[in-house]
Amino acid sequence: MYLLGISAFYHDSAACLIKDGNILAAAQEERFSRKKHDAGFPHNSIIYCLNEAKITPESIANVVFYEKPFLKFERLLETYLAFAPKGYTSFAKSMPLWVKDKLFQKSLLAKEMTKTLGDDVNWHKKFLFSEHHISHAASAFYPSPFDSAAVLTLDGVGEWTTSALALGKGKGLKIEKEIHFPHSLGLLYSAFTYYTGFKVNSGEYKVMGLAPYGEPKYAKLIRDNLIHVSEDGSFQFDMSYFNFATGLTMTNKKFDSLFGGPPRKSESSLTQKEMDIAASVQKVTEDIVIKIAKYISKETGESNLCLAGGVALNCVANGALFREKIFENIWIQPAAGDSGGSLGAALATWYLHYNKERKIYKRSDSMRGTYLGPSFSDDEIEAELIACGAKFKKLTERGLIDKVAVALADEKAIGWMQGRMEFGPRALGSRSIIADPRSPFMQKQLNLKVKYRESFRPFAPSVLREHVSEWFEYDEDSPYMLMVATVKEHKRYSVTEEEESLFGLDKLYVKRSSVPAITHVDYSARIQTVHRETNPLYHALISKFYEMTGCPLVVNTSFNVRGEPIICTPTDAFKCFMGTELDALAIGNYLLIKEDQNITLKENYENRYELD
Amino acid sequence: MEFLKELWLFLRIRKKLWLAPIIMIMLIIGGLLILAEGSVVAPFIYTMF
Repeated sequence: MYLLGISAFYHDSAACLIKDGNILAAAQEERFSRKKHDAGFPHNSIIYCLNEAKITPESIANVVFYEKPFLKFERLLETYLAFAPKGYTSFAKSMPLWVKDKLFQKSLLAKEMTKTLGDDVNWHKKFLFSEHHISHAASAFYPSPFDSAAVLTLDGVGEWTTSALALGKGKGLKIEKEIHFPHSLGLLYSAFTYYTGFKVNSGEYKVMGLAPYGEPKYAKLIRDNLIHVSEDGSFQFDMSYFNFATGLTMTNKKFDSLFGGPPRKSESSLTQKEMDIAASVQKVTEDIVIKIAKYISKETGESNLCLAGGVALNCVANGALFREKIFENIWIQPAAGDSGGSLGAALATWYLHYNKERKIYKRSDSMRGTYLGPSFSDDEIEAELIACGAKFKKLTERGLIDKVAVALADEKAIGWMQGRMEFGPRALGSRSIIADPRSPFMQKQLNLKVKYRESFRPFAPSVLREHVSEWFEYDEDSPYMLMVATVKEHKRYSVTEEEESLFGLDKLYVKRSSVPAITHVDYSARIQTVHRETNPLYHALISKFYEMTGCPLVVNTSFNVRGEPIICTPTDAFKCFMGTELDALAIGNYLLIKEDQNITLKENYENRYELD
Repeated sequence: MEFLKELWLFLRIRKKLWLAPIIMIMLIIGGLLILAEGSVVAPFIYTMF
């Protein structure tokens, strides 16, 4: 039985196809539409999923939407009623949207399915709706390697729920406790994302990256005024500081007074205050996550924990949780945000609606390394490259690995597009830019000449699983780059007081370890462990680099520029390659060198995408 | 028609029949707002739906 899961109409639309509980394909719409965080109906993702499985629309038993629109509307109405007459502006803006489209979402979805896959199927009858946090919980539990686990989902808000504790056993999954809107850990983080001048639902990871530059000086202020946290980790906001329930912004004037000024203007220069605020909200978030985890462990006696929801993408908090050793095992859904809701909705239908037996992949998980997106054959790659006017060489797999490893050791920045695209926000060696982590110049070069992004942001390492404990204070699997750990003491360099007092970019570029390009200012690194079983080619490349240099890790950053969705096709890859100062590009067995290319194909890529 | 049936069922199961008249009023106000403004683009920093 084929089930199609869909998430759409909020942000990060996606589609996922499962067959008898096995995940066949999943992709986010932004990768096809080239619109970052695309919220539209996932036409392209759905077509891709069906093509990947080589099935016709008639084969789909059900289409499952990742949340319940009526329940969301109920929350919206009750919130406006509770705050009335405050909130009229927001009400006046949102009601027409609901009356026109959102309230009739089932019809809208059926119409969109007809547009996408034709009218041979009565799509209206095929639709099912899963609750938002059940979708998240299912995406975390069912693919995990655990027969039984506690499941914690934390995000901004679904219908009513913002945080949920569920228990999973075999094929069963039941939500035991919930925290409801407006009290939300995700929205707390988003409020500070807004206040520090970044985009909500997009810039949260920048706040996380900024936090190590600051001191958590405002943590007490946050705890004393904004959020009351109980012993069990449950929390409650003082809504007089927030504006998101009734207004058009996240925070209000009272919030501004508490933190000594208005929100930072987007793209204006960052000051120590923003860094301290970032450090503070990060600390408060970590403390709450740990408190909740302790409570869950005590209440349930479970030794396994599964995580999903946007907050589960906060890998620094995940690292802090891991170091507490509250649970023996932690598994985090790589597409923890709303895109992964499509996967969870489909899985929840299979196991909870159809009551089917569960298959558990105990050796790793059932995500197939999260390489669930499109891939391209040699013929397809060659045809696209020719159409782009590219100059390329076709090599053997061994030849490609040797050449790329040599280029890496020669401090070249390389675009690496191989196999199936990743599902989830991280590039994991299929759509990545890779480089030598030992190079003291690499971070600057990648930030300013390749990624065109903010200077304070660090890069992450892909490290061979078998060597991770030699380089980092970590000896577990982290295949989805969702854990942060520090670089081992013996790999670090001492830093002078003068160097330590540097600010922002200058502080980041101090050589702190033998792998400076991936070492953040607090010696932390966001680790991806690379496994032979799930990505043999990437593993072979890093192994070759290790053989040549003694370094079993490479810099891995997503293959895109700031504001651009990660590349999907060979054409996207070639355009990004030509628009940036990447030195080489490897697509399948094809290698492209920048100097060989026709210079007239170069385009200004720096300002091409709206800043994120 | 099917929409109204489903909405009625939803309100009954959720024991929120008291919302029905409010929904009607909101639908009317929403409809009027559409006619008055002609645009449904919402300039939210954060949309809570």
